[in-house]
Amino acid sequence: MSKLAGKVAVVTGASKGIGADIARGLAKEGASVVVNYASSKEGADKVVAEIIKAGGKAVAVQGDVAKEADVLRIFSETKNAFGKLDVLVNNAGVYKFTPIEEITEEGFHNIFNTNVLGALLATREAVKLFGDNGGSIINIGSAVTEIHPPTSSIYTATKGALDSITAVLAKELGPKKIRVNSINPGMVETEGTHTAGFIGSDFQTTFEGQTPLGRIGQPGDITPIAVFLASTDSGWLTGETVVASGGLR
Amino acid sequence: MGKLSGKVAIVTGASKGIGAGIAIGFAQEGASIVVNYASSKEGADRVVAGITGQGGKAIAIQGDIANAADVQRIFSETMSAFGRFDILVNNAGIYQFAPIDDFTEEHFHRQFNTNVLGLLLASREAVKHFGEDGGSIINIGSSVTSTYPPSGVTYTASKSAVDAITKVLSKELGSRKIRVNSINPGLVETEGTRTIGFIGGDWQKKREAQTPLGRAGQPGDITPVAVFLASADSGWLTGETLLASGGLR
Repeated sequence: MSKLAGKVAVVTGASKGIGADIARGLAKEGASVVVNYASSKEGADKVVAEIIKAGGKAVAVQGDVAKEADVLRIFSETKNAFGKLDVLVNNAGVYKFTPIEEITEEGFHNIFNTNVLGALLATREAVKLFGDNGGSIINIGSAVTEIHPPTSSIYTATKGALDSITAVLAKELGPKKIRVNSINPGMVETEGTHTAGFIGSDFQTTFEGQTPLGRIGQPGDITPIAVFLASTDSGWLTGETVVASGGLR
Repeated sequence: MGKLSGKVAIVTGASKGIGAGIAIGFAQEGASIVVNYASSKEGADRVVAGITGQGGKAIAIQGDIANAADVQRIFSETMSAFGRFDILVNNAGIYQFAPIDDFTEEHFHRQFNTNVLGLLLASREAVKHFGEDGGSIINIGSSVTSTYPPSGVTYTASKSAVDAITKVLSKELGSRKIRVNSINPGLVETEGTRTIGFIGGDWQKKREAQTPLGRAGQPGDITPVAVFLASADSGWLTGETLLASGGLR
């Protein structure tokens, strides 16, 4: 397949998990990929090596999307490496579930700075770098904005904000030929959800019991959707929020 | 290419417009197609000839989906012709716009019998005929369930029913490996929308001005979305409603 031949994509938070799989998937379709990471250099380098070994093009670019100066640098390094931009995947995100009694200002700012401010900063810079042909922005939201799990008030609030950002920017940027859509995954088995204790927990069992397709997700379930949203196959879609959760809503 | 190789698809109302486009697009991806029509035999035969002329497989099967006996016959003729069944596109639909002052029982029954009853009858038969690998049901809804156009109460109500059916059946059939999703198109340029006056006048210009991607849709904008929902690329999606309207919501 070569649905993204000649395209350049930035995937934030692509050193592991969903971001890494999307980076590999976009590269497989012919895109040159910037594998952004905040601190997991080893993971990012591994993704780049895998892409190159499979015959694709990629570079790792460090930068914390919550920091404006880093975001400026991510996109200037993208321009240096590949000369242009066509696709931005706002995947970098953090999650921490906290009962309302225990929330803190620090916890709030931490999650909102990465999940919301970071996505907005990256989007602002991507729009500058998209050419006259426009581009495709793919926000990685979350099915929590359908499911509203207890103890997720801050996390789900960030993803609710992201849903609104998708809808607003789709209207705002349509005339510039820039499409903005999101994928909202349910529970996906990644290093992150293992570390957070979701995998193998009662939470997982409950989720699976309520999921029409009877299991939790894998990164490979998400990637073909990202390829679809990045390519011209989805050219008539903008402002769409695709809930990718095996039917759980 | 060949994302639907070896699959058999029924597209209802495929003699023209969006249905014809989907039938042709599926055939190009390797599916064998049943081109269902209610009365436009000439159009259906043309679609079949177009497909077979390009080396694909298709037959035309007459049947009014609002009629249970016809629906059963469509499916039995499909099994006779192709021996298996994998994908149903519930595309057959009618629209008739009138202010509430002019609402009649006849308006109601006509639109609900085709758009809702017919969709349910076809879905029931589909579930009986899917094999062990399950299948994919793609309902063609409409963006009217986002935009709520004046004078569209009966049509919009019928399409809201379709949205609900998509979600309920996705939960009900997930454990049988049957995915149910919908595409909700906005204004699309077809023989039908031309005849009714939506295309080719001031109303079209007004809509285009409100549409982020700045134009009316074409059947070719809808087809790749249908291919996505029919193929394994969307394997983790069920119960999803994709608004395909160039961003107008």
